[in-house]
Amino acid sequence: MPPTSTSGSVSDFLERVGRAATSSFAEFGFAGVLVAQSLFWLFFGPRLRQPVRMGAIIAQMREVGINAIPIVAVLSTAIGAVLAMQGIISLKKFGAESQVTFGIAISMVREFAPLITGILVAGRSGSALAARIGTMKINQEMDALEVMGINPVRFLVAPALFAMIVMVPALTIFSGFMGLYAGGLYVGIDLSVSMDAYITQVIDALDAADVLHGFAKSIAFAVLIAIIGVMNGAGVQGGAEGVGKATTRSVVQAISAIVITDMIFVLMATQMG
Amino acid sequence: MADTRKMIEVEDLVTHYGTRMILQGVSMDVREGEIMVIMGGSGSGKSTLLRYLMALETPTSGTMRILDRDISELSMKEMFALRKKLGVAFQGGALFSSMTVGENIMLPLFEHTDLDRQTMDIMVRLKLEVVDLAGFEDLTPAELSGGMIKRAAFARAVIMDPRILFCDEPSAGLDPVVSSALDDLILRLRDAMGMAIVVVTHELESAFKIADRITVLDRGKILFIGTVEELRNHPSERIQNLLNRRMEDDPVDPDEYLRRLMGEKMQEGATA
Repeated sequence: MPPTSTSGSVSDFLERVGRAATSSFAEFGFAGVLVAQSLFWLFFGPRLRQPVRMGAIIAQMREVGINAIPIVAVLSTAIGAVLAMQGIISLKKFGAESQVTFGIAISMVREFAPLITGILVAGRSGSALAARIGTMKINQEMDALEVMGINPVRFLVAPALFAMIVMVPALTIFSGFMGLYAGGLYVGIDLSVSMDAYITQVIDALDAADVLHGFAKSIAFAVLIAIIGVMNGAGVQGGAEGVGKATTRSVVQAISAIVITDMIFVLMATQMG
Repeated sequence: MADTRKMIEVEDLVTHYGTRMILQGVSMDVREGEIMVIMGGSGSGKSTLLRYLMALETPTSGTMRILDRDISELSMKEMFALRKKLGVAFQGGALFSSMTVGENIMLPLFEHTDLDRQTMDIMVRLKLEVVDLAGFEDLTPAELSGGMIKRAAFARAVIMDPRILFCDEPSAGLDPVVSSALDDLILRLRDAMGMAIVVVTHELESAFKIADRITVLDRGKILFIGTVEELRNHPSERIQNLLNRRMEDDPVDPDEYLRRLMGEKMQEGATA
């Protein structure tokens, strides 16, 4: 076995770290360029007589939003009910189970609705976007767009980004309502609180900042899901196997980004009061 | 053909991926109304050269003029305008699977013109007739055979009446009959529309049938540019060896192929 040099392995390690850091910066840069270009085409495309097509936006909105309604409804209902069950059990120890509505309302609106929606959309539509763009790349459809003088960002990315920015917050609001309603049903059964009284308690518990907090998160999640899907799709190499890998990577990265962004939001919100 | 206008002019094009040289000082031109076939084995650099000719890459060394414009000096807007004058039929068709055949062909018109839907429909039908696909506009690409996909790709490539048409391996994956029909289509398009056509292929039979001139690439360098006759009679042993090797490699006779396949299967059965 050849002798190993400590300084050599340290420099190798530093080189690898350097390369990884450079590549990460490049990816952030690429993500920024994609968002900037998408916004450019959305706002200035019509002036340049190259608008982002409404048909493509509507198709994406249907795929991202309308088709996700059933699964968002089911999971949000389940989470709302679980929050009510766990909340009542926990608060009973302190004789404060009547305060459960406060917990359900805050948790659902600030945390669970944006989080469940983000994770579901990342799994359904972020992965589909990565697969679609990856398949288009290996089938030379991206080259075909460029040769036809059609900007791929305007044609593919801008409609997906716009659809996500509209539909993820919309689904988040829907998820919030479903979760709160399911929580209300359980609270009504367990604590004999009427739905009217429950709704009044929810309205009292929430203020505008809570709603804005959840709403802002959902917009951030939408941008992350779209850009991560596009970046992974655009980076596909090596045929069908590459598409599969990109799809998986896009889901893992999007969910990780959502959870970390969520933590940063909460940290900022708590530090800023 | 020699005195007609140069539609593409490449001078001393050099390109490399990392340390590997792909094109080493390639110089060539393509003239108005001619069919230029680019041939070469795997790794000869013909696909890379095609990407440059289609203006998908900008040269960092050497010059590249398309329709009298140096492409490294073009702004984004000028490049956009230039690309509207180019048509490309990709190897696998590159049709968008979410659209019907008609929508695929209509896409460039939809994006770049202010024509009304009725006029666009008429233009699509006309181009479909040219490529013998009339009546197929409402099908999706998944419902078409390999040869039909390539025909639809040709229809999309010529819908804007391009000045230059690029065809990447038009015969790849097709049986000899369909392949021959596509060769006829390329000749018909040139005669009807007068455009310059660049075809990348490894099929000798097809190249000899359609080419006005042939460029032979080998390991990133041009070995030969000239007419079919000049190529056939070229004294260079290297070129003749290259041509003979490719001719032997061409699986042309489908009956022979089936017989060989059946023989192998029977042998496998006997061994098992």
